[in-house]
Amino acid sequence: MTDNEHETGRPERRRPARVIGTPLSDTPFSGTPFSGAVASGIPDAGDVDHGLPAVPGVVPQDERKARRAERIAALCFTLAFAALVAFLVAYVRFQVGGLSATGASHVALGGTLTLALLALAAGIVIWVRQIMPKYELVQQRHPMASPEDVRAEVAATFVRGTGESGIVKRRLLRRTLLLAAAPLGLAPLVLLRDLDSSGVPAAQLHRRLGHTVWGEKTKDGRPLRLVVEGTGQPIRAADFNSPGGILSVVPQGYEHDLNVLAKATVILVKFRPEELRAGTKPNWTHDGIVAYSKICTHVGCPAALYEQTTHHILCPCHQSTFDAADGARVVFGPAARPLPQLPIGVDEQGYLIALGDFPAPVGPSYWERGDAEARARENGGHS
Amino acid sequence: MSEPRTVPERIAGPATFLDDRLGAGGFVRRNIRKVFPDHWSFLLGEIALYSFVILLLTGTFLTFWFKPSMGEIVYNGTYAPLRGVTMSEAYASSLQISFEVRGGLLIRQIHHWAALVFIAGMMAHALRVFFTGAYRKPRELNWLIGVVILSIALFEGLTGYSLPDDLLSGAGLRVTQGVVIGLPVVGTYLNFFLFGGEYPGGDVISRFYSIHILLLPGLILALVTAHLILMWMQKHTQFPGKGRTNRNVVGAPFYPAFMAKSGAFFLFTFAVIAALGTFAQINPVWLYGPYSPADISAGSQPDFYLAFLEGALRIMPAWEINLFGTSQVGTIPLSVVIPALVPLGVIVVGMALYPFLERWLTGDNREHHLADRPRNNPHRTSIGMAAVAFYGVLWLFGGNDIISANFRISLYTTTWAGRILVFVAPALAYAITYRVCLGLQRSDVAVLAHGVESGVIKRLPNGGYVEVHSRPAEDIEAHLRGKEPVPVLPYDETVPPKGLRGPLGRLRLRMSRAYGGEKVPPVNGHPHDEDGQAALQEGQNRALTR
Ligand code: HEM
Ligand code: FES
Repeated sequence: MTDNEHETGRPERRRPARVIGTPLSDTPFSGTPFSGAVASGIPDAGDVDHGLPAVPGVVPQDERKARRAERIAALCFTLAFAALVAFLVAYVRFQVGGLSATGASHVALGGTLTLALLALAAGIVIWVRQIMPKYELVQQRHPMASPEDVRAEVAATFVRGTGESGIVKRRLLRRTLLLAAAPLGLAPLVLLRDLDSSGVPAAQLHRRLGHTVWGEKTKDGRPLRLVVEGTGQPIRAADFNSPGGILSVVPQGYEHDLNVLAKATVILVKFRPEELRAGTKPNWTHDGIVAYSKICTHVGCPAALYEQTTHHILCPCHQSTFDAADGARVVFGPAARPLPQLPIGVDEQGYLIALGDFPAPVGPSYWERGDAEARARENGGHS
Repeated sequence: MSEPRTVPERIAGPATFLDDRLGAGGFVRRNIRKVFPDHWSFLLGEIALYSFVILLLTGTFLTFWFKPSMGEIVYNGTYAPLRGVTMSEAYASSLQISFEVRGGLLIRQIHHWAALVFIAGMMAHALRVFFTGAYRKPRELNWLIGVVILSIALFEGLTGYSLPDDLLSGAGLRVTQGVVIGLPVVGTYLNFFLFGGEYPGGDVISRFYSIHILLLPGLILALVTAHLILMWMQKHTQFPGKGRTNRNVVGAPFYPAFMAKSGAFFLFTFAVIAALGTFAQINPVWLYGPYSPADISAGSQPDFYLAFLEGALRIMPAWEINLFGTSQVGTIPLSVVIPALVPLGVIVVGMALYPFLERWLTGDNREHHLADRPRNNPHRTSIGMAAVAFYGVLWLFGGNDIISANFRISLYTTTWAGRILVFVAPALAYAITYRVCLGLQRSDVAVLAHGVESGVIKRLPNGGYVEVHSRPAEDIEAHLRGKEPVPVLPYDETVPPKGLRGPLGRLRLRMSRAYGGEKVPPVNGHPHDEDGQAALQEGQNRALTR
């Protein structure tokens, strides 16, 4: 027994669970006497003998019921044992590999594990509820605050220690110590600078965001061709039509460079000339073929869905909707800017090529972006 | 076998060895019979705790095979549909765990399910603590620790979700990047520091890996430990009831009952999560294919705990400002920044400040160990329900495309409904909850004053019928009588006290009077004095013998 544990007992038997507010069937008015049997703490179930001294608030179980519960709990534990043995057997017997073999092993292992855990849990619950006594122990709380005299003593000791240390009186000591501590906090921050391994001065970082490889040339100085994402096929303008859809396109030579794809992926849509409206730059199209950045201007998901009847490009992430016939301006959704249009043309063999970079940074906005579209208009095309 | 009357030698030996060296006897004496009150809602925190343990165990298992590398390889494993495909080592190793390690798929799925249960358990636990006022003095610090754990867990989930590097996890990572880079002033730098360069770079998976398996679990573990130590020191709250006061704890002792019960509950939680991991497929990464920033699968959804951010992103109008026009500085993408920061900020900061704001309003500086019944502090409960509604609307509209498709409503209508509901639903929830709380309080008063309906109908001499009411059971009556009025700042119409004179003081006083006080006057005295009781009993007896 603990020293601060003050136990009293409520020897009443556990009542069946019931809805709050409904009366007990047997005691409509007279609640069970609170203190009747407290002194003895001995319950009325006569035939208990735990060999333990009776304690108030601890009501032993009826021995007959407990014996029955013991058998049920033992059954549960035996079941758990069997399930765990089955688990080991399943581990050895079922090999993994293709979908179905893995599936069989998975279900066998998971099923036996689940069964074992459940059976163990059930056995212990029965043990606690039907073999261990019912408890209604009472323990006193004490205020969290320490007594006044303790506080006073701590305060006095603190003042004394501070005085002994001299940190208050010796100003030079204190100030130089603080002086030394300040850069100590900075050191770890400085060490993190090389988390960025792009090798660009910090003030120049944002310039990297404004360009894609479409502005570059191949090794022999030619503009980059547009190739189909996945197959890497160049696209002959004369053969191109996108019935009912859009084509996802990447720069030739960079088909597997994820850093490039994250900015330079483009969608192609083909229009009849009369369908195009003022937002689309006509001299950046070729024979009704228009190229827009596929990287959503909201937070950068690939805007991959297209509805042909309305010419709407839809981003599956947050449903920003762009009008492909009208410069990919935003029709709906959280994106605030059109998908930048890529100037395209054809080379001598008739394959689609990029005539230059996008007029504005693609993808999500950032602090240093500014109104790049207006900037591009002022500079006659490029920002 | 009869029960032992002395400690058996097998235990006494080591115990003596330890006590000789640690002197732990006093601690054990004080704590071995520590009393724990019992209520189903006290199990919610335990669910969270046990799922965290399961996460530690299964996560460690996964680290034995998982390769946190974005280096590209050609897949050559047993999953035929992806053979020959170029992918990151991270994705390939997730496939290996799923198809080539016996039990690997099981542990991966248990890990993911445990993550969901962990966070859901914490949310439910936090709601229980909030609605019962268990965050009040002296438990404010533990409440704050809880808020921090919950916030960290969201990031822990986010980093874990990104590790397998499949197409779905990459979509989540992309959204994260779009948010990070959009943060005013620091966004670009953060982006370069996090990804080691431009998105996606080659570093983020290995960085997320050390954050996911070391940094954040370490923090959570430390905070959980502190949380449990504080809970142990301050003792558990309990609901009002017979024999239960603000100065005691009534319940079962730690040894043996609570210990065994907790063990059983751990096993039960584990069993449920294992069943989910076995029979409910989660995150079948092999179906999605490797990540490429050029591709996306339709219907991409984050895990449930991040869906409220997703919903906020979806219903936000397209606002963006350029502070300085065309110059290369000053872009603030409100359509990203607001949904990413405001809902999370409102909820986390609101939770963190609530105990202190409430104390400021009520001037209540006492210790509280009896849990409030939610109805008995109607404004608190209504504020909580308003927050739940706010969160719920955002969460729901994280699936606005699914709602549209299932109910054949246009996406635009759905989105607009979300924009309106996010303001209207909390207000409605507040008003309705407030009414419901007062109604429940009135019904408690009725029970105390007139007893409960006994289901026995009595015919009166004049031919009318009445239902016999009987007195509520003693423990239930004590439960209802546990109600305390919400404290109010002391005030005096003519001379307000010093701190309450300025405009802020007057506002504080007004809010205090609105927030606190007794909205439904309690019954005084006993519901049935001896005579009334006798009369009723008689009436009931007669009714019964009819
Ligand atoms: C504390 C809370 C934790 C949460 C909420 C959490 C969450 C997640 C989630 C959602 C995943 C994706 C699972 C999937 O593949 O479907 C994941 C993966 C992973 N987690 Fe955790 N985790 C936690 C703790 C841990 C710990 C402590 C470790 C290691 C000690 C760990 C190691 C891993 C590993 C190696 C993976 C990648 C496995 C793979 O997907 O193939 N996690 N985690
Ligand atoms: S990323 Fe396209 S709508 Fe959000």
